[in-house]
Amino acid sequence: MCALERGEHPPRYALFLGFLKIGLLGFGGVAAWAYRVIVMERRWLSDAEYAALLGTSQVLPGANTLNAAVMIGDRFRGPSGAVVAVLGLMTMPLAIVVAIGTVFEQIKAVPDVRAAIDGVAMAAAGVVIGMALRMARRLRLDWAAVLFGGAIFVAVGIFQVSLVRAVLVLGSLSIAAAYFRKGA
Amino acid sequence: MSPLWNLVRTFVFISLVAIGGANAVLPEIHRQVVDIQSWMNDETFASLFSIAQAAPGPNVLIVSLIGWYVAGLPGLAIATASVIFPSCFLAFFAGRFLTRHAEKEWLRRIKVALVPIAIGLMLAGGVVMARAADRAALPVTITAAAAAVVVFSNRNPIWVLAAAAAIAVIARHSGVSA
Repeated sequence: MCALERGEHPPRYALFLGFLKIGLLGFGGVAAWAYRVIVMERRWLSDAEYAALLGTSQVLPGANTLNAAVMIGDRFRGPSGAVVAVLGLMTMPLAIVVAIGTVFEQIKAVPDVRAAIDGVAMAAAGVVIGMALRMARRLRLDWAAVLFGGAIFVAVGIFQVSLVRAVLVLGSLSIAAAYFRKGA
Repeated sequence: MSPLWNLVRTFVFISLVAIGGANAVLPEIHRQVVDIQSWMNDETFASLFSIAQAAPGPNVLIVSLIGWYVAGLPGLAIATASVIFPSCFLAFFAGRFLTRHAEKEWLRRIKVALVPIAIGLMLAGGVVMARAADRAALPVTITAAAAAVVVFSNRNPIWVLAAAAAIAVIARHSGVSA
């Protein structure tokens, strides 16, 4: 059972540290780490709650995980919770990006550094794919969910349709289907 | 007009149209920064993009770097705040709305309907990232192996990333194209 269902409110420092970890480890984007820390490690939200929150974050403008940080922080600790979650998420990446930016011109010429960065990028892609599959497996999706999830994956991932267009069209269709389905 | 104010105007706008995050509006950021504002050339933009990719964290970091390049540390702070605040405000009120109306059946259905969209997009994001690396045998194998480890074990993925970095370096030295 997750903290939300138990009615527990993680303290602000825990929110800060959780999102600090997500930001620090989030190579290639933070989506996979957000799921791991929020659902698997800290058990703040259930799979279903997290997936719904992520879906909402994705149809809103802005970075998904930032949106999720704001909503989770506010839900547990109000506006100040939202602020500490966002600060936690941004602190390490900003510090690291400044550090890398300072030495980038010197290190980008070193072939081993390039190779290591490329290696991490390849694995980070796999981690994101793995987390998405894991989430899908745990949620026991019905046929309509598989259909819409598969469709938006193919549209954006394979045919590289504009994300805004894909979300508008398939998101509305998915909502319409959920609306007309009995007892969803 | 001062460069800081221009950073604010540019990135507040970007923040409000960035459905799907920074990578979805990357072409628009490029248009604003290189074509309209002429803050930098293509090469510098590409360079900042690779730094943002190499660092951990949300992809909006590209905007922080642009601010830094344009106006130093104040520019970094201003650009980051401009791109974060507007969308975070929206998310804040959207989150409250969702919580307040959590019992409403229609809202529950919308949330359920967005679940597959979230998963499909996450999967697509992984595939797009994988495609950005090239399609040689080694990258595909590393990506597939990393996905498999995450699906079938609870091990912390940081080990997967570390192993991949080591494998890529070893492969380079043994002449395998990475």
